[in-house]
Amino acid sequence: MAMLDRGARSLLLAEIVSGLALTLRYFFRPKVTLNYPFEKGPLSPRFRGEHVLRRYPNGEERCIACKLCEAVCPAQAITIEAEPRADGSRRTTRYDIDMTKCIYCGLCQEACPVDAIVEGPNFEFAAETREELMYNREKLLANGDRWETEIAANLSADAPYR
Amino acid sequence: MAEFWTNFAWPTVTITAQILVIVVPLLVAVAFLTLAERKVIAAIQMRKGPNVVGPFGLLQPFADGLKLLVKETIVPSGANAAVFVAAPMLTFALSLIAWAVIPFDAGLVLADINVGILYLFAISSLGVYGIIMAGWASNSKYAFLGALRSAAQMVSYEVSMGFVIITVLLCVGSLNLSDIVRAQETVWFAIPLFPMFIIFFVSTLAETNRSPFDLAEGESEIVAGYFVEYSSMAFALFFLGEYANMILMSAMTSILFLGGWLPPIAVAPFTWIPGPIWFVAKISLCLFVFLWVRATVPRYRYDQLMRLGWKVFLPFSLLWVVLTAGVLVATGWAPR
Amino acid sequence: MIIQALAFYLFSTVLIAAAVMVISARNPVHSVLFLILAFFNAAGLFVLMGAEFLAMILVVVYVGAVAVLFLFVVMMLDIDFSALRQGFLRYAPIGGLVGIVLLVELMWMATVWAVAPGASEVGVARMPAAAQIPNTQALGLVLYTRYVYVFQAAGLVLLVAMIGAIVLTLRQREGVRRQDIARQISRPRERSVELVKMPPRAGV
Repeated sequence: MAMLDRGARSLLLAEIVSGLALTLRYFFRPKVTLNYPFEKGPLSPRFRGEHVLRRYPNGEERCIACKLCEAVCPAQAITIEAEPRADGSRRTTRYDIDMTKCIYCGLCQEACPVDAIVEGPNFEFAAETREELMYNREKLLANGDRWETEIAANLSADAPYR
Repeated sequence: MAEFWTNFAWPTVTITAQILVIVVPLLVAVAFLTLAERKVIAAIQMRKGPNVVGPFGLLQPFADGLKLLVKETIVPSGANAAVFVAAPMLTFALSLIAWAVIPFDAGLVLADINVGILYLFAISSLGVYGIIMAGWASNSKYAFLGALRSAAQMVSYEVSMGFVIITVLLCVGSLNLSDIVRAQETVWFAIPLFPMFIIFFVSTLAETNRSPFDLAEGESEIVAGYFVEYSSMAFALFFLGEYANMILMSAMTSILFLGGWLPPIAVAPFTWIPGPIWFVAKISLCLFVFLWVRATVPRYRYDQLMRLGWKVFLPFSLLWVVLTAGVLVATGWAPR
Repeated sequence: MIIQALAFYLFSTVLIAAAVMVISARNPVHSVLFLILAFFNAAGLFVLMGAEFLAMILVVVYVGAVAVLFLFVVMMLDIDFSALRQGFLRYAPIGGLVGIVLLVELMWMATVWAVAPGASEVGVARMPAAAQIPNTQALGLVLYTRYVYVFQAAGLVLLVAMIGAIVLTLRQREGVRRQDIARQISRPRERSVELVKMPPRAGV
């Protein structure tokens, strides 16, 4: 009897038919595609994207050139040079990130004592040349100004878990 | 001069026009079949598929074609140039010439020859040459392996396909495709010959090197099989040929088993729709199954493929030929 | 009529040229490809004669199956052309002699050949006119009535050849593990999975 059952099953292609039925059911399911440039998926507040250098609300830049990020960077993508400014405070004269080297591990923002270097939520910074991916201080500060609202919101959302 | 005009020039013009009337819609259909394939597989995988180029992605095939057109044709230095160039042309030409005998409606056929089904069978068995030539001329081991696989595979499945065709011919008593369709006016052959219908359809999958029998391409093990070395329009010709062959095989399935241009039931609302539309609808249905199967079934292992062809399909179809012949003779239904 | 004549000369010319190329091409794969071209043109000639069934069978059987296997074998041969050409001069006299003998025989046949009186009528009587019935049917009418025993004998010869080929090439190797798909997929759950009660901390 079991043999008859098996024979009938294989002769009627039971397995293939059930497989086809399954895929046909999926054919009519609602689609999960995001229409990417127009729709975007949700990002975690901890998302590590493009780097920014932040400022205090009064416009003073946060970075104090402690070089902890440079030291911790496993890919050695960060280069910092520093000098005392005219008012005597320690500030960077050069803050470069080679975005082609960066591995987006987030150790720089963990190391930063003043929350100056932060990886923001922006992931759409593809460029047509490598040179455009060698970020300098001005570019990073400009990014900071541009993304400050989102970054501040993300940091405050993540703060309770730290 | 007038005789020259009526006997030679005018027929040439009309035949060329008829050929264009068949070939141009066919190529457009091929273009949209590539889109349909991506859309259907995307839908089964719960994606949307191409939807950016044009409304619903309708212009995607033309964008793809344009991309291939402006690419550089590369002939590998170790390749046998003449054969290398001839292979895609052969594939493409073979996929088109078969359409000469396909009847789209009663009497609506370019060449209504007596041995139509044999002609189709011959053309489909020639398809393997484009692949073998491409694989050999590329001077690449992946291409060669793909060609060998496809040669063995197509020859194997041709045998059972031949027996299926013989079964149908026993019921019809003619090799003419229009006669085959007319013989299905009472009932489509897909119903009395259902197992043969399945075997034929699976064999056409193998014959066109489509999934799950796409070992000739086998991108996961032999890169892209016989057309690894091809680029640009040469590749596009292979691509067009493969899809045109899919449409041809679907047309053949419709004619042999699904009653060609005939409506499902010869009653009022169905008979209002003209024959060619029924025919195209049936072809589309078969093509959908082609794509559906591709999205469902994983690729066969080579020894399983050979086992299926020689140890399952061949004895089964042979048995069915004997059975059909016996029934036809015993009941006196055999056509005179 | 002119078109038929033109087609005939086209097919014949290409056929002969391709046949010459089969034996003169350096590359054996090219030879086989030219052989296929020759088959094709022969099929074209059959069509011109109104024997479309034979033409299609020629294409299906010879081009579609036999020549594929030819090509298959030839493509995989590793041929050393210089070694092949080495013995050419040594064997040329013998080859030429055989060729001349054949040619003489053929010419002899052609000159002494005579048609028996009444033979043409026998041929006509046996074969219905092409216009009356399709030649597929005509072929069947002759093949399965008058020549049925010869036909069956030809089938038997092919069967013997097939069995012979299988007997010659089949070998049973020891220790080969074969996959039995039917047995694999029909294995019931009880025979493949076992639930075992393990005492705690006993290890496996």
